[in-house]
Amino acid sequence: MEQKIQFTLNDRPVTVTTDGERALLWVLRTDLGLTGAKYGCGQSQCGTCTVIVNNEAIRSCNYPVKNVAGKRVLTIEGLALNGRLHPLQKAFMEHGAVQCGFCTPGMILNSYSLLLKNPTPSREQVVKSMEYNLCRCGSYSRVERAVLAAAAEMKGGEA
Amino acid sequence: MTEHAGFLTRREFVKILGPGLYILVSAQDFLSGQAPKGFGRGYPEDFNAYLRIAEDGRVTCYSGKVELGQGITASLAQMLAEELEVPYESVSMVLGDTKLCPWDPGTNGSRSIKYFGPALRAAAAEAREVLIQLASEHLRVPAERLIAENGFVFQRDNPGNKVDYGSLAKGKTIERHLETKPPLKAASAFQVCGKSLPRADFQDKVTGKAQFAGDIRLPEMLYGKVFRPPAHGAKLKRVDVSAVKRIKGARVLQEKDFVGVVHPLPDVAEKAIALIKADYELPEATINDGNVHEYIIKTPARDSVVEEKGDLKEGRSRAVVTFEETYRTPYVAHAPTETHTAVVHVEGDTATAWIGTQRPFGADAEIARAIGISDDRVRVITPFVGGGFGGKSQVGQAVQAARLSKLSGHPVQVTWSREEEFFYDTFQPAAVVRISSGLDKSNRIAFWDYHVFFAGDRSSQNIYDVPNVRTTSRGSGFGGGGPHPFPTGAWRGPGSNTNIFSRESHIDIMAAKAEMDPLEFRCLNLADQRMLRVIDAAAARFGWKPAKGPSGQGRAMVCLDYLGTYVAAMAGIRVDKDSRIKVERVVCAVDMGPVINPEGARLQIEGSVIMGLGYCLTEEMHFRGGAVQDIDFGSYSIPRFSWVPEIEPVLVENLESAPSGCGEPPIVGMGALLANALFDATGARVTQLPLTPARIRQAKA
Repeated sequence: MEQKIQFTLNDRPVTVTTDGERALLWVLRTDLGLTGAKYGCGQSQCGTCTVIVNNEAIRSCNYPVKNVAGKRVLTIEGLALNGRLHPLQKAFMEHGAVQCGFCTPGMILNSYSLLLKNPTPSREQVVKSMEYNLCRCGSYSRVERAVLAAAAEMKGGEA
Repeated sequence: MTEHAGFLTRREFVKILGPGLYILVSAQDFLSGQAPKGFGRGYPEDFNAYLRIAEDGRVTCYSGKVELGQGITASLAQMLAEELEVPYESVSMVLGDTKLCPWDPGTNGSRSIKYFGPALRAAAAEAREVLIQLASEHLRVPAERLIAENGFVFQRDNPGNKVDYGSLAKGKTIERHLETKPPLKAASAFQVCGKSLPRADFQDKVTGKAQFAGDIRLPEMLYGKVFRPPAHGAKLKRVDVSAVKRIKGARVLQEKDFVGVVHPLPDVAEKAIALIKADYELPEATINDGNVHEYIIKTPARDSVVEEKGDLKEGRSRAVVTFEETYRTPYVAHAPTETHTAVVHVEGDTATAWIGTQRPFGADAEIARAIGISDDRVRVITPFVGGGFGGKSQVGQAVQAARLSKLSGHPVQVTWSREEEFFYDTFQPAAVVRISSGLDKSNRIAFWDYHVFFAGDRSSQNIYDVPNVRTTSRGSGFGGGGPHPFPTGAWRGPGSNTNIFSRESHIDIMAAKAEMDPLEFRCLNLADQRMLRVIDAAAARFGWKPAKGPSGQGRAMVCLDYLGTYVAAMAGIRVDKDSRIKVERVVCAVDMGPVINPEGARLQIEGSVIMGLGYCLTEEMHFRGGAVQDIDFGSYSIPRFSWVPEIEPVLVENLESAPSGCGEPPIVGMGALLANALFDATGARVTQLPLTPARIRQAKA
């Protein structure tokens, strides 16, 4: 059923009129033109579609768009502030936590939500919270290093 | 955009060499491990095909290679900057555009550095020398008194007298060429190569700006889905598309057995295709993952002799102990994070295609054939590719998009669902290897009789110092056919994953029987000094202590030569009470000749080790006949964060050899490395991948 859905997207108010049961991923990628969140499996198994809704990492491929009404959505496009890269983005670049780059937006946003909850995670905590984000290129050890480096850089401060 | 003047377009090639030329060049040929010159088309001679210098001094480098995550963006720019004498930062890459870039056989086989590298470096070196000549005329100073550096040509004894490349080239094709081509720099003189320079693609990849094929948006573009049979080999009997009418805006497009749906929204197109009902005639499903290896052994095909020396009979007579063993590997999926995706826009008799592909040249011809236009009317543009691993040499999704575009009159994007990705994948082929060998009384290998069935012959050659050897290869690993119920193809290190698993497991079996340390046994039987140096490098880092196996430590080694790149790897593992393997540490020493980008090489080694854990420990496609049963990451388990061991890449210095590849060599030893470590930990020898708890328990019993 078509409905009007209002929410905040990367700090800007947006309104979409669409079937509320559609997955947030496709509304972001098509109706709203933000292609940073990727389709990887459509079953919440790989994490490439991860975005942040009210500070929580969610799998947008299985998340009805009607559920974001009135909420704050952050995608990878909104993470750098005025062109200044977030410490996680910088750390991913510095530590080579990127290969093909397809899983990267999901990896960064999932770790972003981890650091919101736990600004000084241990290595084990990073592994545990990232376990269900898949990277076929095998950049896991670099991602782990990057997340720990970003946490140290942020000194436990706001993500 | 305009054609480049200075090099042959496809049309001109066809004119010269005849229209049938690349119809004769099949995908198998592209993947067969031959150097590009063997394909009937080679890299162009004219340096303008590879580079263009703008008036502002920025250099654009053109290559038919594509960026799959392997970092070719950086290493090609480094090779160009090195020979051309320009700053690395001034180089921009244009990759995988069939209209702008020189022909290329495809990004696979760890061949970019090894084969494209020399062509690119030669082009840059010639361009540099031509620029010096042009500067000589411009500055009125003899060329011998000039030197090129940093994008300028200087007078040696008067550096103030100089001219920049941009002013000489002015963004144009440089018509002048040299009769005698200048030599390439020696690796010892490298200033740009050999450094871990940053990759230009990283910034866009961490901000979401990087465009993959699925991120391409064209006016009036529709999203397409093609109806898929339940199994390979199924024949469509009847199809009912009437229910699609219920979806507003959905259009059904049909052409004989080809049935598709297009819609302005991708998720709605997916919903629409699911409403189609059909009856199929299914072939009898006699072959499955449990019995496939029996079929492989029984399927007749010609044996080709890969190598033969000495006399096996003579070797057998000298052997005091003999070994017979059979090794088995399963079908393995590529499972790239980005599923196969393409956007194709057919306009009359031309088509433009944006494809996540490893083979833009070749994809153009396939699209042309599918929609009945001429090859030279198709332009393929390759955006960033979200992982390939061999699987994206196939472009079935682009053919689907082209047909839907032609039928609908719109540009059409096709993104395979994860289920389609598993279904249409050209798996690493299931295969069998049989080895018969023997040791003489001094623990030297007396004979080696090796037969590989349907994996392909890459890395099947014996690397040890053995007087009596025969190696044969039956059937092919590519293209399906033979015993395979579905298509098979190149998977990161094609053939080699099976061949090296078999050979290096077998070597370990012989070492144990000889009651020798596996490293000492290998060294006793190796004559190749380069290999011995690589083993030394790995052993020094690992802290290898000699002990005969099984030592209970859970440590092991392998060594191999993959298309000229040498690898020695060592691992430490633990086996838990449920017979699950936890890999704790991997040291991987690689001699790839001069290293172009050390950090890039380390990432390839780490990535190979991690990806390798999958095919060694869990990955195995289950199927009944042509029906693929693993269709998601729930049942098909690929490596995750918690699997990752400490990985220590060691780059072995070697400035003498030619630079060679690193994308595959570190993965192909992983099977034997873990199987040998399992043996060292438990005494159980598993000769079939993956090393599942069930197989480990069975081997222990």
